[in-house]
Amino acid sequence: MKTDDLVAMLSANVEPVGRGLVRRTIAIAVAAGAVIALGFVLVGLGVRADLTTTRAAVFLLLKIAFALAVVGVAMRYLIRLARPGAERGISPFTIVLPFAAIALLAAMNLGAAPSSHWNRMILGDEWLECLLSIPIIAVAPFAVTIFAVRRAAPTNLVRAGAVAGLIAGGVSAMAYALHCTDDSLPFVAVWYGGTIVLCTLAGAALGPRLLRW
Amino acid sequence: MELKGLMLASLDGNAASYRTLLDRLSSRLRAYYKGKFARVGRGPTEAEDLVQEVLLAIHLKRHTYDTGEPFTPWLYTIARYKLIDYLRRTRASASVPLDEATEAMAQDDHADAESSHDIKILLGRLPEKVRCSIQCVKLEGRSVAEAAERCGISESGVKINIHRGLRRLATFIARETKNENG
Repeated sequence: MKTDDLVAMLSANVEPVGRGLVRRTIAIAVAAGAVIALGFVLVGLGVRADLTTTRAAVFLLLKIAFALAVVGVAMRYLIRLARPGAERGISPFTIVLPFAAIALLAAMNLGAAPSSHWNRMILGDEWLECLLSIPIIAVAPFAVTIFAVRRAAPTNLVRAGAVAGLIAGGVSAMAYALHCTDDSLPFVAVWYGGTIVLCTLAGAALGPRLLRW
Repeated sequence: MELKGLMLASLDGNAASYRTLLDRLSSRLRAYYKGKFARVGRGPTEAEDLVQEVLLAIHLKRHTYDTGEPFTPWLYTIARYKLIDYLRRTRASASVPLDEATEAMAQDDHADAESSHDIKILLGRLPEKVRCSIQCVKLEGRSVAEAAERCGISESGVKINIHRGLRRLATFIARETKNENG
């Protein structure tokens, strides 16, 4: 095939292209992932029974704020990763900030408590459930996010996969917070933060296979 | 006009600008890949295969260009990504002897450059309605409305078919280079 012919073919009757499609597609995908994750928690696990107490409400808000911060920062980064050449404009360092904040709060909390309480503060009642639930609930948001990124043009597949995993983990943690009754900062830092990091690593491992174009 | 200006007009649906843009991008990409390929001992036809693959990719991914950003970083990020992908995909291939490659460099760097792909055969592998849509609109230059009538589908169906068909073509081309060389 002559390259001239290909050029003629591609340019014949070319359609106008909407602006901001990448941003919109990713935003819709993450929102859809959040709805699926919420549905999963509401139907499969159920909302915590003690939500009317102030302590429960405060901790729920705190967990959601942490997860939202993770997702928000990661989304901004993913939109850049999905566009060729746009990655230079942003520093991956911002992604670490929500984790650093929660770790700092957790450390202060532990520092103020007697060390005999540490074990209980970190492990809570349901660390195993948390460890399993967040990655499992993250599967569906991860799939829709990857689908959206595939429609764009990521060129650093490991990194784009990792950030898609990070978003999926954050969305999943946000939904799981509705069910989780372990209310301590160290618990949130270790098990929420830890499982989200796990999702990120899984995304990095899967990225090159799922995102190639 | 600058590349960026041409790109902006293309995104608004200006076919003439788009054609000029793709023409200029072809020669840029050709120069880029011939240079890179000569260094690893690969020939001009392979370079042209990749030029065409990248032109298709640019077409299919043109919505990822952020109009507020400069154009060439976008272009070269795609070009580099596709080069690495291509070399990885065809890693096992027998390489062209070095002097043949240098000779190729000296050859006229021109627009009737040809790849190893046969567009007719590739189009023939597409489903009937998809092929009909591409044939009418992209090869014969008919309007979408006309194509819809001829192919017996709706206008939006024609548009979707064209996009889907070009995506399939891109996959065929990528697979073909893998099979031939790998």
